[in-house]
Amino acid sequence: MKKITKEKLALFWELLARRATLYLPLQEDGVVNFAPWKNGARVNLRENSLVPPKNVFFPQAETYLRFQTGAKKLQLESLEPEEEFILFGVRPCDVASFTILDKVFLEEPVDGLYAKRRRLGTLVSLGCNEPGETCFCTSFELEPAFAPGADVMVWDMGEFLLWEAQSEKGDELTAKINELLDEAAPEESASALSLRNTTAAGEAAAGCQQEWNTAGLQEVLRGKFNVELWEKLYHRCLGCGICTYLCPTCHCFDIQDFSRGLEGERFRCWDSCMFAEFTLMASGENPRPTQKERVRQRFLHKLLYFPSKYGLYACVGCGRCVRKCPVHLDITQVMEPIK
Amino acid sequence: MPASAEKIQLVNPLVPEKGKIIKVLRETPDVKTFHVTTAKGKPFVPMPGQLAMLSLFNIGEAMFSVTSQGERHLEFSIKKTGLLTDALHEADEGQTIGIRGPYGNGFPLEMLKGKDLLFIAGGIGLAPVRSLINFCLDRSGDYGRMQVIYGARTPADLCFKEDLFQNWPSQGLEVNVTVDQGDENWSGPVGFVPSYLEELNPEPEGKIVVVCGPPLMIKFTIQSLDKLKFEHKAVVTTLEKRMKCGIGKCGRCNLGSTYVCLDGPVFTLAQLDQMPVEL
Repeated sequence: MKKITKEKLALFWELLARRATLYLPLQEDGVVNFAPWKNGARVNLRENSLVPPKNVFFPQAETYLRFQTGAKKLQLESLEPEEEFILFGVRPCDVASFTILDKVFLEEPVDGLYAKRRRLGTLVSLGCNEPGETCFCTSFELEPAFAPGADVMVWDMGEFLLWEAQSEKGDELTAKINELLDEAAPEESASALSLRNTTAAGEAAAGCQQEWNTAGLQEVLRGKFNVELWEKLYHRCLGCGICTYLCPTCHCFDIQDFSRGLEGERFRCWDSCMFAEFTLMASGENPRPTQKERVRQRFLHKLLYFPSKYGLYACVGCGRCVRKCPVHLDITQVMEPIK
Repeated sequence: MPASAEKIQLVNPLVPEKGKIIKVLRETPDVKTFHVTTAKGKPFVPMPGQLAMLSLFNIGEAMFSVTSQGERHLEFSIKKTGLLTDALHEADEGQTIGIRGPYGNGFPLEMLKGKDLLFIAGGIGLAPVRSLINFCLDRSGDYGRMQVIYGARTPADLCFKEDLFQNWPSQGLEVNVTVDQGDENWSGPVGFVPSYLEELNPEPEGKIVVVCGPPLMIKFTIQSLDKLKFEHKAVVTTLEKRMKCGIGKCGRCNLGSTYVCLDGPVFTLAQLDQMPVEL
């Protein structure tokens, strides 16, 4: 295991940013979000980002086609991501969300845009020392301080960061920045393991404070399509869609054209099952006509439909939807009566 | 940072092929049939009931069933009903268009083999069924007796009149046509498809039913089929949903964990009975 002392971090970001675009959790106007690092940026390794880092692999809006059009002629130019990048500081829950997005985007027919970004990016995860008050990743058998899907795992040990490569890409990155890394002493390496254990065990200071028992939930929800819960639950939903926009596993998108005269572009952008137009057809028919069907779709998609199709829940317990829902439709609470 | 990054080949399945409308035929006051081809000829070879995503650049994309195909082109019969279809109806021959596909499973051809076939359609719902009717007529030895029950709002709204009144009957297909409301020249049956179906009273034995039409028509037709004792595993329908990607990723055409664009649009009623019903 390697380590880097915190005094060297500024130099470290600079060196990493020279290799590739470096996305870090940056604090601006009191909000932490992943953005490309620039000299003088304020890096915040204490809090997780407001918007999940899925937008680095699956941008909120992404132009993939330019066109020039006329009645009789048409020119198309297909666009694709080219930029190599390092995504540093992703929490283990969000790393797990990429495994979920991979199921959707990497199954045949493969989503080329997402697949290429996954290959262009090197993923460095930062273990959680103190999970936030709405976190419940342990409900999905995730470890707050360990992400098996990351290329490099990093732990914040106070004076220094511990650094461990976990993949070939991780080894490549380690070799490139080796000059700033020191060998960690055996007792320092051991402290990472003990951090993993304390956070995973859910001890007061470090563990997830919310524990949601999800055992057998998928089976419970089977056949619960028409239960009374759905009649009650949706009334306070405003349909604002914040739960889906801030969800690291939500993958729904829209495709739209934007044009000026004869030139234009086609882009895809995040969309939300919370919106009435999401399923509205040109004929005026809507298979999900009220917020009841939309709320039901969101919960059942994450907890029943997705696991039935792909074998894992489409929730990683990051807690963003719990924290930001204006009417407190807390996924860990509202599903309880159904059991 | 893979050293081979520059070698990564991207295949973006959302990028359409360049195509061209080479012929436009008016079927009814609000339905036109478009013949679409590409520089390489036929864009792809769809099976009956499969779909294609068509786009006009500046306006957007929508999913349509392929109603027929020629040696070098595909045919789409499209009702004027929204932004894109309004614009398509304004388009002339020579108009450039985007096309990608084929999408979906198409009709279960193996299941239909050796059976009597009853095709029931309403309005523009005949468009996808027509691809199957023509496929079966071309291989009539593989199927038993074939019958069509079709209805539209008025005689003017009947799609594919040449097929209904000339081509199909001359190929031995029994064609029964009804309209919701007749006019001075209409001497045929008047009434909705479900009641006409009950009046014709087809025998369920050895028969597969293929039904497509507006949601209400499908709903009441299924009730009538139930009355006539058709089993749900012998009734096939093709669904319509709003779709954006066509490849099971954009997340809006699902019925539970089933994606209509990938696993459908064709299902038996027995399959739909097992799914959360959001139709």
